[in-house]
Amino acid sequence: MSAARAFRFDYDRALNTTAAWALALVWFAPLIYAVWTAFHPTEFSTRFVLTAPLTLENFVAAWNAAPFARYFLNTVLLVTSILIGQFVLCTLAAFAFARFEFRGRDTVFVLVLLQLLVMPDILIVENYRTMRFLGLVDTILAIGLPYMASGFGIFLLRQTFKTIPKELDDAARVEGAGFFTILMKVYVPLAKPTYLAYGLVSVSHHWNNFLWPLIITNSVETRPVTVGLSVFASTDQGIDWAVITAATLMTSGPLLIAFLLFQRQFVQSFMRAGIK
Amino acid sequence: MGPTAKRTWIHAWLFLSPAMILLIAFTHYPAAVTLFHSFFSTPRGKRSAKFVGLENYETLIADDTFWTVLVNNLWYALATIPLSIGIAIAMALWVDSKLKGRSFVRMAYFTPTVLPLIAVANIWMFFYTPGFGLIDQIRGAFGFAQQNWLGDPESALNAVIVVAIWKEAGFFMIFYLAALQTIPTSLREAAAIEGAGRWYFFRRVTFPLLMPTTLFVSVNAIINSFRLVDHIFIMTEGGPDNASSLLLFYIYETAFRFWDTAYASTLTVVLLLILFTVAIGQFLLLDKRVHYR
Repeated sequence: MSAARAFRFDYDRALNTTAAWALALVWFAPLIYAVWTAFHPTEFSTRFVLTAPLTLENFVAAWNAAPFARYFLNTVLLVTSILIGQFVLCTLAAFAFARFEFRGRDTVFVLVLLQLLVMPDILIVENYRTMRFLGLVDTILAIGLPYMASGFGIFLLRQTFKTIPKELDDAARVEGAGFFTILMKVYVPLAKPTYLAYGLVSVSHHWNNFLWPLIITNSVETRPVTVGLSVFASTDQGIDWAVITAATLMTSGPLLIAFLLFQRQFVQSFMRAGIK
Repeated sequence: MGPTAKRTWIHAWLFLSPAMILLIAFTHYPAAVTLFHSFFSTPRGKRSAKFVGLENYETLIADDTFWTVLVNNLWYALATIPLSIGIAIAMALWVDSKLKGRSFVRMAYFTPTVLPLIAVANIWMFFYTPGFGLIDQIRGAFGFAQQNWLGDPESALNAVIVVAIWKEAGFFMIFYLAALQTIPTSLREAAAIEGAGRWYFFRRVTFPLLMPTTLFVSVNAIINSFRLVDHIFIMTEGGPDNASSLLLFYIYETAFRFWDTAYASTLTVVLLLILFTVAIGQFLLLDKRVHYR
């Protein structure tokens, strides 16, 4: 009987392992395929011969066909400015929610949480009108501004700040430290893991964002890589697939490499950001 | 308000106001003003916007494209949500078990989350290309005829749905993975002693324990199904004949291709109503389970 049971166990396990691996390969296939196409000459785009010669020509062609260097610079400026804005604004607001008892606090907090549901992403018509009014259309600031006060960030940091024992800031206050000093000296250092988690989620989100940047930018000087890629892929219909895939890999490259190197931190950050 | 309370109030608002000003300027104000503008006409040339009452809403009800797009979006939501959640649970269970090559498998599942949707749409588009795309090549090997997945109104929406599921399942897996790690192993041991099978254990123990996660993920999935339209731009442009267009894409087209901002506002009101319904539903369902401390 025990032999039968052991056999059944193995069978079950083998089935699960096979299914898990099959799904993993399906999930990975687009990436594998993109790597194959991008590193081989066009005539091998759909012919999978192991002896096919490797080449970097597609990347060179893509790099020269559109101002990708400028697009990368724009994206880096964009995600950095959003990250700095989010860290500063969300830290200040989260501190107020976590440490002050004031009238209307819960109502204001509900207003903040509302942004988890109604994101600026869908309010494109009115936000465009506002940006035109402010004279900010086609600037990198306009892409980032609607995202800097993030309801998600405020919520996440508030949850972390609330776990910090109040005795710590009482002690600091006795020594004569002001609220701002307490925030910078006590709260921010203790919330480091949350900042790392939120930072990774934020950078990968805004690196990948497309619709709002597409609407608000219309020149090479402001377009992030996602918009640049779509312009590149749609205007030059004659361009071959190998070059388009090379461009595709290039735009996702930095994030992808960072992810492959720091896989653990990424997964844990997304987990941490999601559970709170 | 006593002097101490007043001082606290001032301090609190000093910390709050920078974030609140931006939050109101780009979320609450535009949401409110969208409703306002939906009762006006679109200003054109020298003619400024004038109050038209419910005219935009009458146009909306008579607009066949709107109904097509709305039905598309509901179908998009109904297909992506249960499928991506089901796949996410399976992924999490596998990654959580003692699987050979677990870290590779986990990485493969999660990778789509960090890739830009607009970029992977290019790759998927090639998969779908009639004749020499990967899918048709595999089908061809089994003797099936060529199929224009993205050009056929019957399959265009489903082709787009597949990409959305592929993109989201790995992301949702993370939440399940976190939830699974909180389930005590003693439960599994007890069930094993009782002779409970794996499927029985999953159905009666694991799945119910994952319920709060499923609710949380569902709300995220619903919001995403009205927000994630990037791949439509590359793959179908909403075509053929609006067969794969979604609400937000239609709003974009109306506002920034036809420059009919008043009608785009009216469409946005519909989207906001849907999201508020979700919010109320979430509040009623999650009320007892999640409370913000």
